[in-house]
Amino acid sequence: MGLNIKQASVIYPTADGRPPVEALRKIDLDIVNDDFVVALGASGCGKSTLLSLIAGFLSPSSGEILLDGSKVQGPGADRAVVFQKHALMPWLNVLDNVAFGLKLQGIGEAKRYEIARGFIKLLGLSDFETSRVYQLSGGMQQRVGIARALTCDPKVLLMDEPLGALDALTREKAQELILNIWHTTNKSVFFITHSVEEALFMGTKLVVMSPRPGRIAHRFDLPFSRQFLSGAPAREVKASREFIELREEVLKIIFSDEEAAA
Amino acid sequence: MTEHSYPNTQMRKKGILFFLMKARATKPGETYGVPGQGDTLWLSLASIVGIIFVWWLVTAMGWVKPLFLPSPQAVLAKFIQVWNEGFTNTPFIEHVGISAARVFGAFLLACAVGIPLGIAMGMSPFIRGVFDPPLEFYRPIPPLAYLPLMIIWFGIGETSKVLLIFLSVLAPVALGARSGVKSAAIEQIHAAYSFGASRWQVMAQVILPSALPEILTAMRIGIGFGWTTLVAAEMVAATKGLGYMVLTASQFLQTSTVIMGIIVIAIIAYAFDMLMRFVERRIVPWKGRM
Repeated sequence: MGLNIKQASVIYPTADGRPPVEALRKIDLDIVNDDFVVALGASGCGKSTLLSLIAGFLSPSSGEILLDGSKVQGPGADRAVVFQKHALMPWLNVLDNVAFGLKLQGIGEAKRYEIARGFIKLLGLSDFETSRVYQLSGGMQQRVGIARALTCDPKVLLMDEPLGALDALTREKAQELILNIWHTTNKSVFFITHSVEEALFMGTKLVVMSPRPGRIAHRFDLPFSRQFLSGAPAREVKASREFIELREEVLKIIFSDEEAAA
Repeated sequence: MTEHSYPNTQMRKKGILFFLMKARATKPGETYGVPGQGDTLWLSLASIVGIIFVWWLVTAMGWVKPLFLPSPQAVLAKFIQVWNEGFTNTPFIEHVGISAARVFGAFLLACAVGIPLGIAMGMSPFIRGVFDPPLEFYRPIPPLAYLPLMIIWFGIGETSKVLLIFLSVLAPVALGARSGVKSAAIEQIHAAYSFGASRWQVMAQVILPSALPEILTAMRIGIGFGWTTLVAAEMVAATKGLGYMVLTASQFLQTSTVIMGIIVIAIIAYAFDMLMRFVERRIVPWKGRM
């Protein structure tokens, strides 16, 4: 049960006789229960393609993606996506943005505002219900995006570099917020990032991806988010010897992949 | 380091040209380096006053004959006279009313047809393929060139007049709506689909609202074309209207009436544009901010 990716490959055909591009090769990945799976890798390693597969925006050239045993055929609210930016509706205020997904599902106004308000409170946005989203800071806009994705009670929450556009300080706070919300809601999460530190801190499982063809090169099980959730301060976790050693190991892998590919 | 080391820098720091071209530090509250920043209200008022002054000067000094350019007072007096007595036995307000009815009627019609057509062209390659050639074919043709056709086909009545204005508004409105369809970010569209939206919902709740700013801009451009075409539309067999008034007056060398008519058309068009800008600020306040 949960989300199972089995031998999924994606091959983009190219024009004018060049060989087709193999964006993903035989990906096997399970995202089940309260897994927090982080995909890490350099640009072009197929992280976003993998997320598009899970979201249902793209169908695999071979292999399959199963959600609770049935094949993923297209996008759906059981796999809500949080984007890096540009995904909110500027003509709606915060409340209507958060309730947007519920509205699309035909849920009546009173009911959807009630649900939306719950998540607005969870994300600490209660004072901004009637604010215009373009007046909010980047960090608050991302919180709106996360609240919106949570309203539909997805089985898997897909996050496509959700913190990539934030400044360093906001980013660290947002990491803690997302971990707390993950802990409260008990969702499976698939999370894409460029930042090794973010990947190590947040994930329970880490997949390091390599480019050309995009594939999972290494897998790690991570203890750090659990340490944070059981009370250890975030900076302390990130400064621990274990964390730093693993960080260097992962960095070494990524850099050697880059050199091998270059 | 002496000035010998950097002769160019020292050279460049002199002269009035350097002073004018130099970017100065901004005052608090402004952003350094934004092109075209600053309020222009007073300059615009000064510009208007300046033009009227030069106009008054060249007529008052007798440099230009009233036949070619009557004085501002004469034009104002003509306005008051026409306002009180009408023009060719028709009250002034009726001339204004009939022209406004033609332009706004054609404009509303063009919006009712052009906006859905443009959106459909943006959404469907089939509709785009079908309607792109005719639209692009007639768009650059001056309305005066196809006015004879309108008259041959639709007679000299109201139909050909409104149709001529309608056609001049239709193309910019349709093209604006068509490109507005591309305003929605792919993330917004994907977000809606990932919540299980249907294609119809995505169109109604993501693509249409995103296209609104561009549609409103296209409407502003379109009504401008409408006023431009008014005089051409009232060239044939009109007995009322501002365009008719200007054309008739020109045949009798009543230059003051011609200028007065031009100014009245300009003022109505400008007032409507201000209204549209107000509407824009009210219904698309996010324009350019996200």
